[in-house]
Amino acid sequence: MPEETPSTNPFQATSSKRKVKDRIGTVIFACFTYFVLACALFIFGKITYDGAPVLFTSEAPFINTKFFTESPQTLVEFTNGAGELIRMDQTDFTVFKEENPDVTINDEHTFSYSGGGIAGPLVGTALLVLVCMVVSLFIGVAAAIYLSEYAKKGKLVSAIRLAIMNLAGVPSIVYGLFGFAFFCLAPWFPVFTYEVNAETTIGAFKIPLTDGYLSFQGWGNSLLAGGLTLAVMALPVIIAACEESLKAVPGGFREASLALGATRWQCIRTAVLPYAAPGILTASVLGVTRVAGETAPIMFTAAVADKAKMPWQDAQGSGVFWFSDMLTQSVQALPYHIYTVSARLPAHEAINDMRYGSVFVFLILVVGFAMTSVVLRARYRNKLKW
Amino acid sequence: MNDSSSTLDSADAPEVASNEPIISIDNLSFSYDLGSTNTLRDISLEIPAGKVTAFIGPSGCGKSTLLRCLNRMNDLVDTAKVTGGSISILGQDINAPDVEAIELRKHVGMVFQKYNPFPKSIYENVAYGLRVQGIKNKSVLDQAVEESLQKSALWDEVKDRLDSSALGLSGGQQQRLCIARAIAVKPQIVLMDEPCSALDPIATARIEELIAELQEDFTIVIVTHNMQQATRVSNRTAFFYLGELIEYDDTSKIFGNPTRKQTEDYVSGRFG
Repeated sequence: MPEETPSTNPFQATSSKRKVKDRIGTVIFACFTYFVLACALFIFGKITYDGAPVLFTSEAPFINTKFFTESPQTLVEFTNGAGELIRMDQTDFTVFKEENPDVTINDEHTFSYSGGGIAGPLVGTALLVLVCMVVSLFIGVAAAIYLSEYAKKGKLVSAIRLAIMNLAGVPSIVYGLFGFAFFCLAPWFPVFTYEVNAETTIGAFKIPLTDGYLSFQGWGNSLLAGGLTLAVMALPVIIAACEESLKAVPGGFREASLALGATRWQCIRTAVLPYAAPGILTASVLGVTRVAGETAPIMFTAAVADKAKMPWQDAQGSGVFWFSDMLTQSVQALPYHIYTVSARLPAHEAINDMRYGSVFVFLILVVGFAMTSVVLRARYRNKLKW
Repeated sequence: MNDSSSTLDSADAPEVASNEPIISIDNLSFSYDLGSTNTLRDISLEIPAGKVTAFIGPSGCGKSTLLRCLNRMNDLVDTAKVTGGSISILGQDINAPDVEAIELRKHVGMVFQKYNPFPKSIYENVAYGLRVQGIKNKSVLDQAVEESLQKSALWDEVKDRLDSSALGLSGGQQQRLCIARAIAVKPQIVLMDEPCSALDPIATARIEELIAELQEDFTIVIVTHNMQQATRVSNRTAFFYLGELIEYDDTSKIFGNPTRKQTEDYVSGRFG
């Protein structure tokens, strides 16, 4: 008769020392992972907690529309005769004083850019992103097509790839300075203008039948210079993403197309690009979203803290002059606005609404764009199976 | 009707007398690395028009490489180079400086190992080759699509869903679609690079039947791993080993009574 036979079990649990070590290892790795999660949660939580009340109101329409329709202006804080602390925008304050000439105003303080809303910065960032997107998509797709479809593999192409990769590692402030020198100051970019900047221009040509000039005076601190600086910065990411999307198109399509007598360009246009396009687009949105959040590249090239009108309202002339003037307007931009209210103003409770409100809106925008492109990419990947 | 069909005929190509070879390969050497090592060495063979010629041999023997030399698909490899000898198709040296690969490929079509229809409609797949040649006339395209699909024995299966995606077809149907796509541009020669290796036996049988039918209109060169397939579909067989042509003869001779010992060893299954 067999006894109790634990000894015959070849898989019998042994020394627990190894298991303890295994357990400790697991816990340590898990801790680091959760640390990252905790950081992310803290950022989102804190900003939502402090920022959401600025955006949402308890009464209909439940959204603080003023925050989206007005541009930043000076905030005034004072205590009235009854000792109540009151804050209002500069324009409202002027009206208030006119209507109540007798009111007691004590402890009057002003805070620049902390009142009003963020319409100007929102519009500015949207325009910068638009310019950046158009330019970087165009150049990026062209470069990626050349690199992955046309260029012969060799030292030159490897060198180009290396250079592009290094471009991705250049600090954003360096891009800012580059953009400032190359696009803003350098006297080689043409503008249509009524006023020639005599200091920088190397040539200005009177355009017949108008009062304007085609002047090579550089673009100055402008939408165009900022958008292009951002585009240069987004290029490495976009080129890499495009190349990846092009490579993901099966080689069989190219072979089949070429074997039917297609030229290289016909092959790319009809048998490669259509199937790479969704990937290129979503990856590019992701790349542009990243650079759209940068402050350093635009602080010398495009952004100003204070600007009363939208670029199209400030632009002079009509037709091509108007368009040129609009593109060479300086703009407000959301990241720069956040930098201004957070870093260049003293810490004060009165500014907190503007700070957290702006950051919250910015975070929603960037996360929204990133998520949309990731979801779109996943959807296209599932759809296009070959 | 007559008009449109004549546009599709390769009227501009010279006619070949049936006893003359349509392809002659003369002492061809070919390298994938600019001449450091020759993948093909001193290959000479003549492929007759209107017949099916099979290239057989173990993996890496160069049979696919030779096939891809015939429509200059190897141009896609930057470091590929013909290091000696020549290939003449329809009497013209195809590596001559004034020959354009794009024009050559209109006359020498190709079907690949892995069926690779575009993720377009069935119609657009077949019409692709004509569209890249600039043919826009709807009735010409319609006729060519129908004709090609009929020749590739696919018409009855797909005529009601020409606008649906080609990727919805079965593997065998997709490969027949690729054949239809290749023959739609009316090449004289169709190269097939192991066209059945990704297919099941039933689909394979249908492709083989198709090859027999296509033989009437096209010269077919087929690379195959499957020796039974070579005996079933081909008139002539070339056996390659390590980049060299070992033996080239009528298929019945190669499989029945080969001259060289290596050939006999291979076809009898002693190696490879």
